[in-house]
Amino acid sequence: MQEEKLTDKDIAPRVAGSGIEGAYSGYIRHKRLVMAALVAVVCGLAIWSMGIGSLELSPAEVVAGMFGQSTSQVNTVVQNMRLPRVLTAVIAGIALALAGCAYQSTLRNPLASASTLGIAQGAAFGASIAIIVISGGGVENSVAYEGVTNADPISTAICAFVGAMLSTAIILALSRFREMTPESIVLLGVALSALFTAGTTMVQYFAEDSQVAAVVFWTFGDLSRVTKPQIALMAAVTALSAIFFFVNRWNYNAIEGGEGLAHGLGVPVSQVRLASMVVASAAASTVIAFCGIINFVGLVAPHIMRRLLGADYRYLLPASALAGAGLLLASDMLCHVIVAPLILPISAITSFVGAPIFIYLLFKGVSR
Amino acid sequence: MLEARNVAFSFKRDQPLLRDVSLAVEPGTFTAILGQNGCGKSTLLSLMTAARTPHAGEVLLDGMPIAKVDRRERARKIAFVSQHSHANRLTVFDSVLLGRRPFMDSAPTAEDRAIVARVLDELGLADYALRYLDELSGGEYQIVVLARAFVQQTETLLLDEPTNNLDPSNQQEVMRLVRSEIKRRGIGVAAVLHDMNLALRHCDRFLFLKDGVVDAFGDEGIVTPAQIERVYGMKADVIEHAGCKLVAPL
Repeated sequence: MQEEKLTDKDIAPRVAGSGIEGAYSGYIRHKRLVMAALVAVVCGLAIWSMGIGSLELSPAEVVAGMFGQSTSQVNTVVQNMRLPRVLTAVIAGIALALAGCAYQSTLRNPLASASTLGIAQGAAFGASIAIIVISGGGVENSVAYEGVTNADPISTAICAFVGAMLSTAIILALSRFREMTPESIVLLGVALSALFTAGTTMVQYFAEDSQVAAVVFWTFGDLSRVTKPQIALMAAVTALSAIFFFVNRWNYNAIEGGEGLAHGLGVPVSQVRLASMVVASAAASTVIAFCGIINFVGLVAPHIMRRLLGADYRYLLPASALAGAGLLLASDMLCHVIVAPLILPISAITSFVGAPIFIYLLFKGVSR
Repeated sequence: MLEARNVAFSFKRDQPLLRDVSLAVEPGTFTAILGQNGCGKSTLLSLMTAARTPHAGEVLLDGMPIAKVDRRERARKIAFVSQHSHANRLTVFDSVLLGRRPFMDSAPTAEDRAIVARVLDELGLADYALRYLDELSGGEYQIVVLARAFVQQTETLLLDEPTNNLDPSNQQEVMRLVRSEIKRRGIGVAAVLHDMNLALRHCDRFLFLKDGVVDAFGDEGIVTPAQIERVYGMKADVIEHAGCKLVAPL
């Protein structure tokens, strides 16, 4: 029997009748609703966070203070101290989560993040060189850790960035040289982590106590030491990398399905992988250079959102970015309230918050 | 039309994997690529999709060397179903929509979504449209993979062991769907297969590879006990049953 030959124009009315597209539109609406809810949660956390401190402020006072409509004391506290810290948390959370998301897709490995690829350890090594060898300790500018000194935060940030990118460069150079698999790249990251940690230990071994203390406090992470120009730089790098990742969202969907599939769909897999590694590392390195080590955000935020929204990078990328911002804001709030007026190290709190979530997701069977 | 002409390839310099292999995937034909494990069947497909470059010979797409054809243009003409695809947490609809990637500028259009909805409907996947891939059975997943290749609306479809790990009824279903796509759109298909009975039931041309060279190529008449013994080193009888040839290992 002669089979029916249909054109796509003939098909459209038939499809509308089938209801698949209607159901799909509803599904997309649900995802957008979740995203809107995430935006609301992040905004709420940001305002709540700005109200916490020695001067307790209501949400209304915080909003008034942000726009200079409150008392001069409140305006100063909000605009000069709390808003920069909260902005840093939001931008750093977004950058780390986006980088983690991109690493996990392009390397097709759920454990890929700045920490597991040796990038954070490379930054710590660079910071150690700056604090101990180049500047030799000195004066502190942090709110969080009074008395512990870092003479030259600019060269510390530069060296940390160079250390982090050095780790990326080694991974990329070796992977190009030997055409390594994504799995081997993650193992290479683990080896580099050990290497940089050993390097940091050796540098610290020959340093004075005050210098070792400065390095240790740098690695604790600190959102309040970031200056306004540094926030602007972090925001610019994060925005550019977010655009890059979003442009590649369909490529990530294809690569996650396998290299053969991606190649068959016209995706230049090697180029996308290389460029994504560089951009993700630049974003993560910038954050680590200014804020110090912040664990688990880049690893956990994409996993939480994968569980909630699936692995479609059109939604996973922005949702992970929002989850990263929310996670870091919540962790920063905990840092300030657990043993107030003491401020706990952010890297420890993100691990305390992130690790149980990660274990929970692991036991719920989310392995991709 | 996609055509490999006298291609050669080797992973190690002194151990050629493929030598002087030619295959044209003509419109309306279904070619089974047969041979022992490691004889170069999948490598031949990787050369024909430009995932690898032949060391000698050439692969032509509509008369042009395939390496010179733009990636997206290539993906609009050749769909490839790999044996190594992963069932991740994408919905069936989104996964199939990915097949429209070569036609997208930045986002899928209403036409892309309509094509996906139509193919899902035709392949009986409408009820699964919003389920995640990692919740599907092996057979359901393989049909989704085929649907993704079908929405690419290419002239040529290359399949690398499309029926692996499927039960007999799903194997037949997958092959039946491919055949109906050939009949409906007149596409040319080449598939690496291990099951000779599946190949005899559904394919019309047979390419036997042995030690990296074409041992035989032709219609089902070339599938003989002597041919099977030469390529697989195995004794088998070829019998007729209900108008269809069957291979019975001895």
